Amino acid sequence: MKKSKVGFLFILPWLTGLVLFTVIPIIAALFISMTDWSIIGDANFIGLENFKAIFEDQMFYKTLLITVRYAIFAIPLTIFTALLVAISLNNQYKGTGVFRTIFYMPSIVSGVAVAIVFKWILDPNYGVLNSLLGILGVTGPNWLYDPDWVLPSYLIMAIWGASGGLYIYLAALKDIPKELYESATIDGAGLIHRIRYITLPMLTPILFYNMVIGIISAFRKFTDAYILGGAGEEGIFYMVYLYGQAFSFYKMGYATALAWILFVIIFSLTLIVNYTKKYWVYSE
Amino acid sequence: MREHYKEVFKKVLLYIFYLTGSAFMLLPFFWMISTAFKPDNQIFTVPIRWIPSPVYFKNFVKAFEVIPIVKYMFNTVIIAVLKIGGEVFVSALVAYGFARFNFKFKNILFIILLATMMLPYEVTMIPTFIMWSWLGLTDSYVPLILPAYFGAVSFIFFLRMYFSTFPKGTEEAMVIDGANYFQIFYKLILQLSKPALVTIGLWAFLGTWNDLLGQLIYINDPAKYTIQLGLASFSNLTGETLWGPLMAASFIALIPVIFILLFAQKYFVEGIKMMGIKG
Repeated sequence: MKKSKVGFLFILPWLTGLVLFTVIPIIAALFISMTDWSIIGDANFIGLENFKAIFEDQMFYKTLLITVRYAIFAIPLTIFTALLVAISLNNQYKGTGVFRTIFYMPSIVSGVAVAIVFKWILDPNYGVLNSLLGILGVTGPNWLYDPDWVLPSYLIMAIWGASGGLYIYLAALKDIPKELYESATIDGAGLIHRIRYITLPMLTPILFYNMVIGIISAFRKFTDAYILGGAGEEGIFYMVYLYGQAFSFYKMGYATALAWILFVIIFSLTLIVNYTKKYWVYSE
Repeated sequence: MREHYKEVFKKVLLYIFYLTGSAFMLLPFFWMISTAFKPDNQIFTVPIRWIPSPVYFKNFVKAFEVIPIVKYMFNTVIIAVLKIGGEVFVSALVAYGFARFNFKFKNILFIILLATMMLPYEVTMIPTFIMWSWLGLTDSYVPLILPAYFGAVSFIFFLRMYFSTFPKGTEEAMVIDGANYFQIFYKLILQLSKPALVTIGLWAFLGTWNDLLGQLIYINDPAKYTIQLGLASFSNLTGETLWGPLMAASFIALIPVIFILLFAQKYFVEGIKMMGIKG
């Protein structure tokens, strides 16, 4: 057999999967989003009615706003936290290995169990967080039970999970040439200056990568929100709303239209961030 | 002398940061375990009680009464086992095809592969669900397992990069000795890349163990629940009352992943180094 044909055989499983689970569903999704399908019964073609309805749907705006607001706060907070942890752990001091494991934990330990534990931590009456605040003489808020405190509750969880990307940052920190720091030190640059003018610029590719991942995962946030919820419907993130429309109310057409809008949002944000890349991301 | 003091001061600051940070990171576990071993009158009390006394084990009994945790963990392991072997093997196969061969449209196909990494799971989610329901396979593990046998895009991407770093000499020698490419792949490439395969196998396991949305969509029958679904229904069912048993159940569900964290961490660290994400 010719070598090129063999190569094609190797990738054939993926190619088949691409057609079955990506190409066909995407084409189907275009049609479904233009029907009033509810899985049982017939689907009627209704053109762009779903999209029109979405733009008049108060819950669409509300859940989108909740998601966007979360993204605006969570992305910088998590990047800053991860950066701080990584820079502080970028050394060979005693015990660094243990601390690295502890901070890396959220990338492995996640899912429903962690969300449930956080719900309990945030319990206004018997939760550990308000008790700790009480020790400091602060009366803790009602967290998930107070619409105004739902977002901060989610941000606390986001900060806890931030250092899961630790090793990506550590790998990048290791790649920064030592000579840069040495010559900067000789020139009299202090720690803050070295971080500002060497570490941060050299890390911009990783910051960029984490920003893109952060946008995607914020807009797809589901598990925590499904478990934690929040007063005043403040915990209904976009994906939770979409899931409910599709699998609780079986509005398949409507939910698919919601999915397309989500895709367009994520895609355009990624393009915009990618466009800004040349202004701030260091490249060799 | 002043330099020395500066160094000590820096170290002290760092350790203070490490310790407070670690306390914050470990607080959920401490609080979970503490609650799991307390009776209700120690759970619902102000000020809170940090250490259970006496240690109380009935929450575990009650947790097992509410949901069959072991069965749910077993169900999840079944999905993972049936899925991971195929996912890892096929991903390696495809990655090898992209790493070593030239064929028509290869570059375009690889760009498509990369594009699907960005691609919206949410957009394909509903049509894929409808497809499975037409086939009468919802409420079974098939939709959760079978797609893995067509390879996972991120694993393909990762392994292609990994295979590209192998020197070509041995493969060429094997061709001259009359081996075909599948033999080379099976006998040489797979053997050489065992650590990388373990890494993606672990990723795949965690993906299955921690996934909620996919399992939520497809599984309805409580007898088929996975651990995530079991915990989620436990949490929704009991609301804010059974914190003790709920923490006991969460604790049990986290044991496997904590083991992975403690004993297989090096595979993840190596995997991240291998990826060497740059720009």
